[in-house]
Amino acid sequence: MIINLQSTTKMKTYTNTGSKDTRSGFGAGLTELGQTNENVVALCADLIGSLKMDDFKANHPERFYQVGIAEANMIGMAAGLTVGGKIPFTGTFANFSTGRVYDQIRQSVAYSGKNVKICASHAGLTLGEDGATHQILEDIGLMKMLPGMVVINPCDYNQTKAATIAIAEHNGPVYLRFGRPKVANFTPENQTFEIGKAVHLTEGSDVTIVATGHLVWEALEAAKTLDEKGISAEVINIHTIKPLDDKAILDSVAKTGCIVTAEEHNFLGGLGESVARVLATNKPTPQEFVATQDTFGESGTPAQLMDKYGLNSAAIQAAAERVMQRK
Amino acid sequence: MPSTQQLEDLTTQVRRDILRMVHKVNSGHPGGSLGCAEFFVTLYQDIMEYSTDFDMNGIGEDLFFLSNGHISPVYYSVLARSGFFPVDELNTFRLINSRLQGHPTTHEGLPGVRIASGSLGQGMSVAIGAAQAKKLNKDSHLVYSLHGDGELQEGQNWEAIMYAAGNQVDNLIATVDLNGQQIDGSTDTVLPMGSLRAKFEAFGWTVVDIENGNDIESILKGMAEAKSKTGQGKPVCVLLKTVMGNGVDFMMHTHAWHGKAPNDEQLEIGLSQNPETLGDY
Repeated sequence: MIINLQSTTKMKTYTNTGSKDTRSGFGAGLTELGQTNENVVALCADLIGSLKMDDFKANHPERFYQVGIAEANMIGMAAGLTVGGKIPFTGTFANFSTGRVYDQIRQSVAYSGKNVKICASHAGLTLGEDGATHQILEDIGLMKMLPGMVVINPCDYNQTKAATIAIAEHNGPVYLRFGRPKVANFTPENQTFEIGKAVHLTEGSDVTIVATGHLVWEALEAAKTLDEKGISAEVINIHTIKPLDDKAILDSVAKTGCIVTAEEHNFLGGLGESVARVLATNKPTPQEFVATQDTFGESGTPAQLMDKYGLNSAAIQAAAERVMQRK
Repeated sequence: MPSTQQLEDLTTQVRRDILRMVHKVNSGHPGGSLGCAEFFVTLYQDIMEYSTDFDMNGIGEDLFFLSNGHISPVYYSVLARSGFFPVDELNTFRLINSRLQGHPTTHEGLPGVRIASGSLGQGMSVAIGAAQAKKLNKDSHLVYSLHGDGELQEGQNWEAIMYAAGNQVDNLIATVDLNGQQIDGSTDTVLPMGSLRAKFEAFGWTVVDIENGNDIESILKGMAEAKSKTGQGKPVCVLLKTVMGNGVDFMMHTHAWHGKAPNDEQLEIGLSQNPETLGDY
């Protein structure tokens, strides 16, 4: 008789301690940095409230730069502020933080090796009703292609706060991506954030699920459902897309033999492609992509959009079952 | 301070450097470089206070940012001859594995360069950021920048120009190389910009004209005036009227030498018009 060992081992579960928006995690982290690091300065392009930068501005007006609706100038100024030892954090929506200012980031920040933290809210579909003009789904790709750029997409409020604090200690350009809606807050308060170090959330043997950003909670929900069906899923939170934790991915697929990647981003250029590169060059492994399929978004509620574009726990669960068939 | 004659001698040598650098690799931008030779020499030999023991943060020093990075030959020549790196290194301009990239970069660690430039229109913002950092650091030194006139067609400049006036960035002297030329022809034919003085003034800047930007005495006088107008709540713009290709007769008053190197014969003519003063590299 074959015994499913997993069914006798209880899967680790996580509790939502109260939904919060990840952008507020950024705001809280920035507030703390204001108190602890006098070199931290902040710039914003007319979105102080949306980026939750109000506290930093109120506490440190001399270190806060309102640049107006002029993102290109903001990125250039941030590069200039590093000359003089400052650590600038720029804040605007993800679309205006990346696509709109790609060349400014490329030349004045990345190629110039400047210690600028590009902090981007309202990333992905969960921006909601504003629609596709504001819902960038290409930003991870844009940023990860820049040599030397670190790309981070934390999963909840607590982790976004910890990531914000951590990137001030990293000397070099960073893209920090977060979102607008209130989502489950389930990672530890006051956690230590290690750039480039994946976080194992559940141990599993049948399928690996690596997720980033808002889809990490959805991956955990999918794992619960899979567990009820006797499928053991190993969920890994890839908060840092670049540098990618290759070892965590390879160690996991060595056990499970298949993988699902999940992200609120286009399947071209996102986490999934980075994982595919690691697998193709080390251990070719069946992979399914939970991501948007080379499309723009549209208006709708976040939940409706995530459902329509296949970015929720149901989509992850289905992808897991599909990929297991391909082993 | 060096005498005017010493500055002129250095300028002549810098012109030779520019011609020889671009000739050797049959590429680069001699026209704008020659037009700004007097300005760079005066800036680095007289106007700015700085240390050649290069430190990226430049606290306690005046800073310079080149926005129109394609005139790298004049920048490299003057940096080398001001002591930032060995003059011999000018030999490596645009060669593989060189610190002297086609357009300036911090990527290779060349002393004296604090930002990459080449993709146009970004330097004003960078200079403003550096000027704001100086204020935070309570550093009374100034930030200088140089921009092409054609470069002002890039919209980012006007974001920056608006910001600097609106936020009293008065420790910045942004100079515009007003040579009236760009790749496809004169600025008036490519995209007429009207009065730059009127534009900068309308945005709230103090504007200083240097009518003869190829005359060292005029540059010294104009930049002293510009400096005297810092710290008064307004950013300062210098409109530096220059002749593209200055000092090499067949390169003057034309956009033809914007991005073209002289051949062997043309090099000899150019060098003969600029006899060696301080010694070639």
